[in-house]
Amino acid sequence: MNYDWNWSIFLAPTIDGASRYVWWILSGLAFTVFISLCAWAIALVIGIGLGVTRTLPPRLGRALATAYVELFRNVPLLVQLFFWYYIAPVVFLPVSLQTALNRANPVATQTLTMIVCLGLFTAARVCEQVRAGIQAQPRGRFNAGYALGLTRIHVYRFVILPLAFRVIVPPLTSEFLNVFKNSAVALTIGLLELTARSRQMGEFTAHVFEAFIAATLLYFLIAQITSHAMHALEARLRIPGHGLGGSA
Amino acid sequence: MSEPIVIESVSKWYGETQVLFDCNARIAKGEVVVVCGPSGSGKSTLIKCINALEPIQRGRIVVGEHTLPAPAAQLPAIRAKVGMVFQHFELFPHMDVLHNLTFAPMRVLKRDRAAATDKALGLLQRVGLSAFAGKFPGQLSGGQQQRVAIARALCMEPECMLFDEPTSALDPEMVNEVLDVMTGLAAEGMTMVCVTHEMGFARKVAHRVLFMDEGKIFDDCASEVFFAERESRSTRAQKFLSSIVA
Amino acid sequence: MNYAFDWSAIVPALPFLARGMVFSLALLAVCLAGGMALGLGLALMRLSNRRWIAGIGAVYVSVFRSIPLVLAIFWFYLLVPMLIGAVRGEATPIGPMYSAFVAFVAFEAAYFCEVIRAGMQSIPHGQSHAAQALGLTRAQTLRHVILPQAMRVVTPLILSKAIIIFQDTSLVYVISVSDFLGAATQIGQRDSRLIELYLFAGAVYFVMCFIASRLVEHRYARNALT
Repeated sequence: MNYDWNWSIFLAPTIDGASRYVWWILSGLAFTVFISLCAWAIALVIGIGLGVTRTLPPRLGRALATAYVELFRNVPLLVQLFFWYYIAPVVFLPVSLQTALNRANPVATQTLTMIVCLGLFTAARVCEQVRAGIQAQPRGRFNAGYALGLTRIHVYRFVILPLAFRVIVPPLTSEFLNVFKNSAVALTIGLLELTARSRQMGEFTAHVFEAFIAATLLYFLIAQITSHAMHALEARLRIPGHGLGGSA
Repeated sequence: MSEPIVIESVSKWYGETQVLFDCNARIAKGEVVVVCGPSGSGKSTLIKCINALEPIQRGRIVVGEHTLPAPAAQLPAIRAKVGMVFQHFELFPHMDVLHNLTFAPMRVLKRDRAAATDKALGLLQRVGLSAFAGKFPGQLSGGQQQRVAIARALCMEPECMLFDEPTSALDPEMVNEVLDVMTGLAAEGMTMVCVTHEMGFARKVAHRVLFMDEGKIFDDCASEVFFAERESRSTRAQKFLSSIVA
Repeated sequence: MNYAFDWSAIVPALPFLARGMVFSLALLAVCLAGGMALGLGLALMRLSNRRWIAGIGAVYVSVFRSIPLVLAIFWFYLLVPMLIGAVRGEATPIGPMYSAFVAFVAFEAAYFCEVIRAGMQSIPHGQSHAAQALGLTRAQTLRHVILPQAMRVVTPLILSKAIIIFQDTSLVYVISVSDFLGAATQIGQRDSRLIELYLFAGAVYFVMCFIASRLVEHRYARNALT
């Protein structure tokens, strides 16, 4: 194969002379990590709320939460992103706000839109994990709490949720990793995250392999760090003598 | 099998832990040997070494014309001659009873379907379950499943049969139906090695008893001797027997 | 709401959109078939006694489960024409469609590998022992006893994943392949009715995936609590 490898291309000045390619890649990495962490935070807050709601008695709450989950789980992420970026502003916002958005820094709007979109998308999945974790708790555990005179809120907060979380750390780790991967979809609205930057570098330098390999390695690194961090969390949460926290 | 099963100076380790210590025994053709002992004594491990489901690190086991340890390629042929019945029956849940019985004879012994089916139906009748040929294991009770498992092993026309706690997972009312089948088998002269807690069965049917504890064989004597004369038993065996309600 | 909706562009465009949907479904089908086959191969590699074979399987799975599908699509968009050109000895221009098929198969195989492997390991050891005690070889045990049972266990997971893969087919947008979403985009841009077409596309995806997931849930509800 007559491809001419040049790993020092990363240190070469970029086509506009303003930077070096390695900074492009790292800038993409920074956006990827930033978007993913913010989206994950949103997903956790909303997802836990929805997951708990789906296990509480009030029917309206359960119906709304279920509707949310079904809506956000059955539409592709890319379509959701187009909705938030192209459709929602035009349809829902007054013209004055639309012009303000159009004049705002595009990078800021792209980033914000992606964070909101990815956060809401992932929240549906977190909701289902939390719900499964709660429903894995044996009925007796709830009853023991109520029998002691604890209110429902107390039982959830001090008994059920701590144990439910221990059960769901592995599937939640999986969702967390997915957030980093899904962040790449942002390139379709022009955001220069890691994948976009590697592609851009490939286009400008014709050293596509080096660029893609760098992106691949960085995603791999992100995945390893995240997995290890979650494993460490799981180990810290472990209860001596207790199984997986699902049932005694 | 013209020659007996010979277990010679067999030792086994799981990683760093030694589980069998220099075990020796001979089982003659047509003999019924019961292996008993407290849990963790290594009796299931020892019996699984006889058909090479567990490898041994020291010593050797002679099974008919074959000697273990043997190269992996020879093992299926060796195992085809030794039948085994498991504590948890281990019927294949996705095959009906008839298929469970005919599968190995067709695949391993290369019998044709008609011959295998005939043999299978004959054995099902022998264990009293002809009506169940088309049913799936999940539809049978524990005792029924175990009888099918015995029939499955017999379909391979083995030269000897190994039983690994065949009744331990059964509800009490089903234990006898399985023991009856095993007693019938012994009466026909099958060479059998049984790991079991059923001392009634051992007393009635076994020719010899091996008592194991902590990976070693402490007693190896005729069953009348083992059950009758206290002095001929090791102290450990005495302790063990007095702790189980026979 | 200050946007004047005009849905008239949709109905005339239905044949074109349907062709896009056919591609999306074809991509799903190829991905499932190829991905499961490759995934099974990878699972067997990972369970091999030879460490280097198991190692290659582990690295493949590790890498493909770390990267975004979008990056995998770009990778194969680059590699497939090159590899075909190298094999044929001449530069062959090849449409992005084929590299999309390869990308999806290669990417999802990693997931299928892990699912199949977990399914196989969930079958109790006693089953292999019983098969081996009857004289079956390792290969026969795997093929006739372990795998059939493992596949039954993992079927609901595979079906749920299929629904997700169907949604992910929309990502071929990044290499301008005309799947359902791509077709909707083209019509929307041509008729300046992008908003209506995207909403329509979203609704279609929603209805199809919702019905499919309800069916799977209904069929496998008894297994839901494990």
